[in-house]
Amino acid sequence: MHGIFTIFRKEMEDHFSSIRFLLISALIVMVGVIIASMVGMGIQEESKGMAKPTFLFLWLFTSTGKLFSFVQFIGFFGPLIGIFLGFDSINRERVSRTLSKLLSQPIYRDSVINAKFLAGVAIIAIVLVAIVLIISGLGIRLIGVVPGSEEVFRLVIYLIASILYIAFWLGISILFSVIFRSTATSALASLAVWIFFSFFLGLGAGFMADAVAPIGQSGTGVDPSAVIKHEQVQRTISLFSPMTLYNDATTTILDPLRKTTRSLILMGPMERLSLSRFQSPLPLLQSLFIVIPHLVSLVAISFLCFGICYLVFMRQEIRTV
Amino acid sequence: MENQAIIEAEGLTKKYGHQIVVNHLNLQIREGEVFGFLGPNGAGKTTTLLMFLGLTEPTSGKVSVIGFDPTRDPFHVKEKVGYLPENVGFYDDMDARQNLQYIARLNRIPDKISGGRIDESLKVVDLIEEVGKKVGTYSKGMRQRLGIAEVLIKEPKLIFLDEPTIGLDPDGTNRMLDLIHSLSREKNITIFLSSHLLDQVQRICDRVGIMIKGNLVAMGPIEELAKKKLGVDKEDYTLEEIYMKYFKEA
Repeated sequence: MHGIFTIFRKEMEDHFSSIRFLLISALIVMVGVIIASMVGMGIQEESKGMAKPTFLFLWLFTSTGKLFSFVQFIGFFGPLIGIFLGFDSINRERVSRTLSKLLSQPIYRDSVINAKFLAGVAIIAIVLVAIVLIISGLGIRLIGVVPGSEEVFRLVIYLIASILYIAFWLGISILFSVIFRSTATSALASLAVWIFFSFFLGLGAGFMADAVAPIGQSGTGVDPSAVIKHEQVQRTISLFSPMTLYNDATTTILDPLRKTTRSLILMGPMERLSLSRFQSPLPLLQSLFIVIPHLVSLVAISFLCFGICYLVFMRQEIRTV
Repeated sequence: MENQAIIEAEGLTKKYGHQIVVNHLNLQIREGEVFGFLGPNGAGKTTTLLMFLGLTEPTSGKVSVIGFDPTRDPFHVKEKVGYLPENVGFYDDMDARQNLQYIARLNRIPDKISGGRIDESLKVVDLIEEVGKKVGTYSKGMRQRLGIAEVLIKEPKLIFLDEPTIGLDPDGTNRMLDLIHSLSREKNITIFLSSHLLDQVQRICDRVGIMIKGNLVAMGPIEELAKKKLGVDKEDYTLEEIYMKYFKEA
């Protein structure tokens, strides 16, 4: 345990004094302030003279404003934070020849990788909590609404999901830093995985669904069961992307009014009308039930990723050359 | 206790796939001696050191270092054994004291004690003047000496030095050799030194072992090996002559 703590402490010091961390925090503060002020002022305008809708506070995080919402921002750029923090964690020590020295000290070998991962997760947590607090603080000033306990709970769950999500990417990048000797290669490999999961898998899911369960265009109309099948296949495949997993989970948890049935083709106009008329928020517990599988999957892939990383590192030969 | 074995290896073997890197090594190092481990590049010297430290698992054979089995109990071995790898690395953006402090903390030495020890070992290696500079600005010789200081922090019984003088200029080499010699004489630390620079080894080692292609072909005091290989009469032998004889035979 002592070894873990010492390495953890040094890694934290390294992170805090690195230019990398400075850049990440600058980006985060900038985005936080921009989003909070844009969205906050938008809400202020819209809700003038009206009764405040429920969960107005959460709009700060989900409302897209002119550019993108905070939730979308983290879904998209969060992985980059993880990759940024981890892509050179092991191979930098290898290149500077400090790894063999480190391992010849009386510490357990897994302390090195555990401490590095934990330090990364701690930094991620600090950054995320900071930005949520910035947005909340500015938002409260701008829209004049204090979050209720349920909103705070939802935010906490959102934060946990985000930390897990970014930790997964941290794990991926540490894994590559164990496998590849060169820091440039591990950075590129991590980015490639990010691009694959975030963009291509979504596109690929559409193509795959078209191939596996095509929707016939001929005849009088579309067959509803074919549409459902198509949608199911597409969703199943896209759930392999951590980004989809995360986006689904967080939008559900932060937007109690969100409907999970989205394929509007199947809804008649009256149905749609009634849906928009009678909007009732989902209770926190029900939202949680919906996202539990997502959260569990996020935990699972993060652990799986770190587990592989751990195994590879423990079995690797430590040669100085 | 002069003749107690501090390292004992029996039939120590390491294979990478089918390639035998270290072949049935039998070796005994006595407490307090300076042992030179010689051999050409790629003879398996570093692999042997890594097995002694528990950083690499032997394929077969037994080894005991300061009374512990490094494969099963690397923790205890690493507590009391210092290792200076070839071309040791440091955290270049930290100064000498910070580097040593980190190593001291990893060795569970409380900061109160380590402060004094760091100063002391920096004095031993003559780097106390440069303590505030970032290690990235150090010359090769200074880095190597800092490596020795780092090893001394844990007050080791035994130090493994892997090619400690490689790449140093003549002055740096001399300082390094004097330093190693004084550690052995003044602090009674057992030194196990791997090298292929023979004249240097000859200057400071009590005994040598010659390793060629994974086999330990000779071991003993230099005079003894000289008698065996060059004949009794020859008086001004060099280690190089002995070594070349073994090398040609192997």
